[in-house]
Formats: sequence, C-alpha cells, structure tokens
Amino acid sequence: MKKKLVSMVLSLAMVAAVVTGCGNDGASAPASTDTTATADTTTDAAADTTTDAAADTTTDAAADTTTDAAADTTTDAADTSASGELITVGIINNDPNESGYRTANDKDLKATFTEENGYDASFAYSNKNDEQIAAAQKFVQDGVQYLLLSAADTAGWDSVLQDAQDAGVRVILFDRVIDASEDLYEGSIVSDMEKEGQTAVDWLKAQGLDEYNIIHLQGVMGTAAQKGRSAALDTTAQAEGWNIVTQQTAEWNAETAQQIVQSVIDAGTSFNVIYAENDDMARGAVAALDSANISHGVDGDVIIMGFDCNKWALQELLDGNWNYDGQCNPFQSSYINDIIKTLESGGSLSEKTIIMDEKGFDATTITAEDVENYGI
Amino acid sequence: MGTKELKKPVGGNNFTKIFKNQIFIPLAALLLLALFNLIADPEFFKITLGYNSAGNPILSGYLMTILDSGSEVAILAIGMTLVTAASGGQDISVGAAVAIAGSVLLRVLCGQDTRPETLQAPIIVAFLVSCIVAMLFGAFNGVLVAYFRIQPMVATLILYTAGRSIAAWINNNELPIVSDASFGYFGGFIPGIPIPTPFFIALACMIIIGLVLKFTNLRLYTQAVGINESSSKLNGLNPQLIKVISFVILGLCVAVVGLIKVSRVSSINYSVIAKDIEMDAILAVALGGNALGGGKFNMTASVIGAYVIQFLTTTLFKFNVQSNALPAYKAVVVIILVVISAPVVRERFSSAMKKLKTKEAV
Repeated sequence: MKKKLVSMVLSLAMVAAVVTGCGNDGASAPASTDTTATADTTTDAAADTTTDAAADTTTDAAADTTTDAAADTTTDAADTSASGELITVGIINNDPNESGYRTANDKDLKATFTEENGYDASFAYSNKNDEQIAAAQKFVQDGVQYLLLSAADTAGWDSVLQDAQDAGVRVILFDRVIDASEDLYEGSIVSDMEKEGQTAVDWLKAQGLDEYNIIHLQGVMGTAAQKGRSAALDTTAQAEGWNIVTQQTAEWNAETAQQIVQSVIDAGTSFNVIYAENDDMARGAVAALDSANISHGVDGDVIIMGFDCNKWALQELLDGNWNYDGQCNPFQSSYINDIIKTLESGGSLSEKTIIMDEKGFDATTITAEDVENYGI
Repeated sequence: MGTKELKKPVGGNNFTKIFKNQIFIPLAALLLLALFNLIADPEFFKITLGYNSAGNPILSGYLMTILDSGSEVAILAIGMTLVTAASGGQDISVGAAVAIAGSVLLRVLCGQDTRPETLQAPIIVAFLVSCIVAMLFGAFNGVLVAYFRIQPMVATLILYTAGRSIAAWINNNELPIVSDASFGYFGGFIPGIPIPTPFFIALACMIIIGLVLKFTNLRLYTQAVGINESSSKLNGLNPQLIKVISFVILGLCVAVVGLIKVSRVSSINYSVIAKDIEMDAILAVALGGNALGGGKFNMTASVIGAYVIQFLTTTLFKFNVQSNALPAYKAVVVIILVVISAPVVRERFSSAMKKLKTKEAV
C-alpha cells in the first residue's frame, strides 16, 4: 500500500512537471494557444537584445522597403494604447524549439506584439499543417482582426483563408509562402532563399579555387530553405563544372551531417568545400573534419559554409574556423507591425511580397559587432 | 551472456542446433553484410591510424565508425530488451528522454550562462544528476505501465510527445555550448587511446549488465513476469516492481546515451538530437530474435542486433544511398529478418532440414 502511495505521488509529480513544461513554452501541446500575458519572463529578458537587433535590421533594410525605423512604431503603438483599443492578432508559428532561427523569430514576435505596443496577441505553435489549420479556424471563430501565419506546409490553406476573408480577418504571411491565391492575404514578408543561396554561391565562386570538390549537406528535402539553397549551388556547379563529391540530406541534423562527412573521409575521397544548408550541419561536418585532422576555415584545406547566422556560428567565423555564413533574417515583426499600422490607418500596401534584406558574412571581414548584431 | 539455457534439446544435428539458437539471426545478418561489403569493396575493412586535430592518435575507417555510432543504439538496446521482456511492450520515448537527459547535463555544466568559459560543475556531477532525472522519467513510464496498466507504447507516447519540449524548457530554450575540451572525450577520443570512447562506454554497460544478470535474479524474475504475470505473482514476485525496475534501467541507459550524444557536438538541438533512435533500439531487440511480446530474452543478441543496424546504415552511406531513403532500405532488411526469425518459418525450415536428412539416411 505504501509503495502504491509513493508511486502515485511520484507519477503525479511527473505529470505536474509535464504540465508546467507545456505551459511555459506551449510547444508540446500541439496547436495550443496561450496569450502574451502568460508568456513568461524569458520573453521579457529577451526583449532587450531582440529589439536592439531588430532595430538594426530595419535600419539596414529601410532602403528596400517602405519601413521606418522601429522607433516610429513605438510611438504609433503608444497612440493606439492610449486610445485603449487593442488590436487582436492571432499568430500561428512553427514550434520555437525547431531551431535557433525559430526561437529568435518567436522571441521577436513576442517582444513586438505586446499590450504596451497596442496588441492583444494569441499564439499557436505547431510544425504540422493540419494542426495549424485547426488553430487558424479557431482564431477566425474568435474573431481576431489579424491572422499572422508562418505555414508549416504550402498546401491546403485555401478554404480556411477564404473563411477568414469572409469573416473580415486580415491575413499576413511571414517567413513562409503558401500555394493560395494572392487575394486571400494582405501581404507576405519572406526571405528569398534562392537569393540567400545565390549570395553564398557567388561568394564561393569569388574565392577562385583551382578546383571545387564540394560536399553538399542538404536540409529536410522539400522545404523552402533546402530548395532555394540547393538550387543555387546546383545550377552554378553545373555551369562552372564544379564537382559535387556527395549530395546528401542531413535533415538539419548535426549528427547525421557528421556521419555523412565521416563516410566521405573513410572512403578516401578528397574535397575542399563543405556547403551545409544550416549551421548545425556545418558544425557536425566540422566535428568529423576535426577527428580526421583535416584543417578547415581561413587558411585551411576545407572551406566551411553555413546558413542562419546563429551567434555561435558567427563566433566560429570570427575565430577563423569557418569561412562563410549566410543570414536568414528572423526579425519580421517590425515589418508586420508596419503593415498593420498602414492598414489600420486606411492605407494600402504598394506590393504584396516584401523580401527582407539578408547578408552573407565572410570570416575575413566579420567583426565582433556583427556577431552581436546579427547573431540569433 | 547466458545463451545456454535458451538452447532447446533438438536432435543431434549441429546445424539445426545453431539455427535454433537465438543468436544465429543477428550473427548471420552481420556475416551477410560483411560478406557483401567484402565482395563489393574490400576497402570497407581498411582501418588506418591517423591523428586528429588535437594531435592524438585515432583509428579511422568504416569499422571504427560502426563501433562508434553503433554503441549508442547498443546501450539503449540493453534497457529496451529488459523493458520488452518484462512488459511485453516497447518504450518509444527514449529519443525524447535522451534530449531531456542531455539538456539536464548541459544545464548543470553551464549553469545560467549558455556559453561559459569554464565548466560550472564537474562532469561527473552533471552526469549523475542527468542519470537521476532520466531514471525518474523511466520510473514515470514504468509506473504508468505497471500500476496503471497502460499499454507501454501508449504510456510512453506521453513522454514521446512532451519530452523534447521539456528538454527545451530545462534550458529556457537556449542552446548551451560547452567549450571545455575534456567534455568532448565521451563522444570522441580520449587522448592517447585510438579507439572511440563510446565503444568503451558501451562495453562497460555490457559488462555491468552481464554481471547483474549473472549474479542477481533479474533475468529470472524479468522473464517470469514477461511469460506469465499472474503465475509469477503467485510465486511471490512483485510483477509491478519488476516492470518499474526495467524502465528505470532503461532510464539509466538513456542518460549514458545522452552524455555521448551531447558530448559529440558539445551542444544540443532539442528537436533533432537522437531523432528516431527509439525505432533503432526496438529494431535491435527484434533483430536479436527476442519476442516482442515479452518473456525470454537474449541480451547478447540484442547488442549484436544494434551493431548490425549501424553496419547496415554505414554500408548504405558508403554506397551513397540518399540518407532520406535509408529508412526504406532498413525496412526491407527488417522485413526479411523478422520473417526469417518468425517461429513459424524457423519451424518449417528445421522440419524441412529434418526431412532432407531422413531422405539422405534412406
């Protein structure tokens, strides 16, 4: 009996742990919703750094877009909150644990869509399209004014977006595009993955190596990031006669990347470039090189290329262990904020698709400030 | 490790005896794969001595990669075999539990700072804490299975779903990075020793479980519970406790694998660390010819099964098979092996052999 009691208490404690676990990041309960009010202190703590970075990015991007500096938006927001009417937004995003990119993206959104800035925001997270669609339906029923969407998959959104339009909900896409009529949404803020890939490949071309023997580590096949970043390399490699030693998907996973590169090393094939479509995979590849005593980075035998600009990855660049890192800008919230302000004041957008400005960093020119400002 | 009692008295035919032995299946698979590689490219077996970037001697080659990467699954297969034998089901949450164990480990090592210059706690302390946490989560699964009588696969589905989020939550969604070189030894090489450390860790686990099975009644009790729960209860055993113990042992294995995994890259990625490793662990148990419905088990066969899986993976990598197509190839091999090891097929085969023999005699 005693043992039973103990085990009951134990299991209750574990269940409690699970529940708190879910409550804090809302990710484990698929498509669960939680409001910013319950978002915990981590968001606040992160707010400082993220807004700094966001402000920087916006200033850089100002040339391309109609956006103003983040400072303006705060004053706008102050006006709105003074009038006491909060704009309700439903935000559907991918799981923040998915990657450093997504974590930064989620923090950025949570920092912007606060009550102080005049928003009543609800968040739903899922990496599954059907769960996201269900969450969208719920938001439409709840009668939110704006639906912000980063879709897990491109297909299947027509009917729910039609419902949203009928109900007067305005839809703004961020980060991911979908296969639906442009009339169904107000605008989209996206990264141009092909441009990211092309920037990286152009950089590689500019290195003027005698020969190019490339290990190509791809992301999860079919994702926009994988398609864009692979396409750029594929076309240039064909045109320039570069040799792709191996082209494998490591599914964004460092361990798989390590195994793939290890396998190439074991086979005795020579290579001098590793083109990894994200930082994690580049990290795994470098681990394999290190254990085989193959030098890499600046003045090394193998050129290391990564994407996403994680802070630790930029640090590797600064230390000269890697050569190149391509940015994938996760700070879309200021762009979204501007769109909402424009629409609220009765204006219209000059173009539906806003492409964010994205950089590529070279190990020889990167500075410590870059690591701070652009690292996620 | 105790394959003797599993041999059944079958005629005088040596071949049938070997074939009847449970360990035959994984060994045959291993030999088949080795033979295939030998014919396709003998280079596969080449092992060279080189030096890594820290100047330490290391052996490299496909076989070393197999010993290295296969060890994680081998360690998990030990715990999974016990869970399978006792509860007649499988724990599908081990991948998520590895994420939790790894996250706890990094949390203790790094403290509040995600990128500390020096370790905030000795590695052994961090490892022990992660062991305790992993064993608690194991006990949680075990209690659900043993006392609440939930199907193991359903009970562990809870942690399977929630585990990676819990892991992320433990570190406030940050990705800590350990810069201390000595932390990399567990997933890499100890200076001066050219064989990958994970293999030694796996070896230690095998020796420990071998001794435990030899000197305690764990094997007998686990099998008794797995074969018939109520009769084992009538004989004075506590089936619930045995089941919980098996899950706790699996938890310990999970913590060890967490250490190796996190050490490999000195960091963690919650959503992909040890992804789908539960399937490989279950597969190893199945390849070992253990009944997935519980009861008798053979630990050696499971461990060999684990290395067979890695052998297969490495072979496929060598032949440049697209890595997202790997599961399909694995599935084909699994179908073949499971069909061969099915009692019905084996029975047919041995009776056919017998017939052949009597014909010859006539």
